[in-house]
Amino acid sequence: MPGKKAHKTIQEINRKIKEGKVVVVTADEMTEIVKRKGPERAAREVDVVTTGTFSPMCSSGAFINFGHAKPAIKAAKVWLNEVPAYAGLGAVDIYIGATEPREDDPLNRVHPGQFPYGGGHVIEDLVAGKRVELRATAYGTDCYPNKGIKKKVKLEELPYAMLLNPRNAYQNYNCAINLSQNIIYTYMGVLKPQGGNVNYATSGQLSPLLNDPYYLTIGMGTRIFLGGGKGHVIGPGTQHNPHAPRGKNGVPIQPAGTLMVMGDLKAMNPRWLAGVSMLGYGCSLAVGIGIPIPVLNPDIARFTGVSDEEIFTQIIDYGSDYPKGQARPLGKVSYAELKSGSIRFNGQDIPSVPLSSYVRALEIANILKEWIQSGEFLLSEAVEPLPGPKPK
Amino acid sequence: MYSKIISLRFPKDIADQPVVVNLVKKFDLTFNILKAVIYPRKEGFLVMELTGERKDFQRGIRYLKSLGIKVESVAQDIKRDEERCFHCGACTAVCITGALYIKRPEMEVVFNSDKCSACELCVAVCPAQAMSVKFNKALI
Ligand code: SF4
Ligand code: SF4
Repeated sequence: MPGKKAHKTIQEINRKIKEGKVVVVTADEMTEIVKRKGPERAAREVDVVTTGTFSPMCSSGAFINFGHAKPAIKAAKVWLNEVPAYAGLGAVDIYIGATEPREDDPLNRVHPGQFPYGGGHVIEDLVAGKRVELRATAYGTDCYPNKGIKKKVKLEELPYAMLLNPRNAYQNYNCAINLSQNIIYTYMGVLKPQGGNVNYATSGQLSPLLNDPYYLTIGMGTRIFLGGGKGHVIGPGTQHNPHAPRGKNGVPIQPAGTLMVMGDLKAMNPRWLAGVSMLGYGCSLAVGIGIPIPVLNPDIARFTGVSDEEIFTQIIDYGSDYPKGQARPLGKVSYAELKSGSIRFNGQDIPSVPLSSYVRALEIANILKEWIQSGEFLLSEAVEPLPGPKPK
Repeated sequence: MYSKIISLRFPKDIADQPVVVNLVKKFDLTFNILKAVIYPRKEGFLVMELTGERKDFQRGIRYLKSLGIKVESVAQDIKRDEERCFHCGACTAVCITGALYIKRPEMEVVFNSDKCSACELCVAVCPAQAMSVKFNKALI
């Protein structure tokens, strides 16, 4: 379309992808491009920006149908490698949640507990092609008389396995500090007493929702990189809070939007779906997500050009405030400062520790870039936007 | 479960007592003897891997020391599974020797084993279970 402003449609971008003419850059690269050329020119020159994140994401799990047994069973309780799965569904349908520990796990009885194996590890083992022991018990019915089965299952032999994560890709997250007198073990990692360290958990300028703060392109139906395969955003995640306070650039300064995502487990790869054990807290799953953002206009170029210097988060005390349910911001810090390895807080330099892998996030953004450049990944139009405020 | 390789030096007057058996009976520990030099009525030397609940382990060690046995932990190597490490950085919160550190601006987590004191703090903290204790057989 001629005119001063660069405006494109997703269809036009997809045509360019098919013709091999698309220009794709990572969110890291886009930051530099927008800095150098401004959003107008960047929007004309760049078609797609790829983002990435790789981090433990607790609200994750998989729906599995394990096939009918002979004689038939309506499973009431199911365990995968002794990790309980939710079986209150159809006869042989289950949901295995990432944070479910093994039934015999000593948990935090000897504090801090190690949580060596849980639902996240089951998912990783399945994706790695390992055999997993499935045990089911039932009360027996006329149509499903079987009262118990035990078998080894492999992902490729399962009739259906779908990763469906109710809350992933948090748009910003707290920076955690511990102002108490004792070391604490949290989902934000180990926090030493008296503000000995601060931990943070997003990939900053590479993070998907920090590059699309008003959800202008990411919505229900957006095709994404998920766990090494392709998946979709299927809606806002649990705790999606688009009305969290935002900075002048529109980027939230507190945990805000979240995504519910889904993808075929059989197409995934254990490099991008890894079981994790958080000392003293529990088990979880590290999930790799990459989201392409079509640069439809200069506004989107400006948003994707955001840099770590312009993304802020709040410092929250996990030693006393947070566990009491009274989290209150103690200060503001930029991702540029967090990434430098130390932050200034109350007149002191405190080491800052990431929990989210920047190296892997960048790798995801680059893989997605290659997929789009090679034509094997087309962008999809959101069928429904995520709930959110209008951009200012 | 807690497991550690320790060396015991027995004074000669107790070298023929059933000390190790007592670790099993009284403290619920299991052991695996890796090296033993024990002669009746002479000083003895034993290297073994002792395993059990951390509390029992500590009580067991106190018991050994109370008998006048010199207990030392045997140097062990900390290894990183490069396949499992996903470069999150969580371990850098506890590694005070700087053996695990973040290379900037890449944000890659580097493990320099020369600086490692084998304190084992990272082993429990690493969410990916990438850090582990490997016994260095060359040391005995
Ligand atoms: S905590 Fe584990 S996975 Fe994370 S950087 Fe350290 S060794 Fe690697
Ligand atoms: S064992 Fe201790 S010194 Fe060695 S890498 Fe781990 S935390 Fe650092």
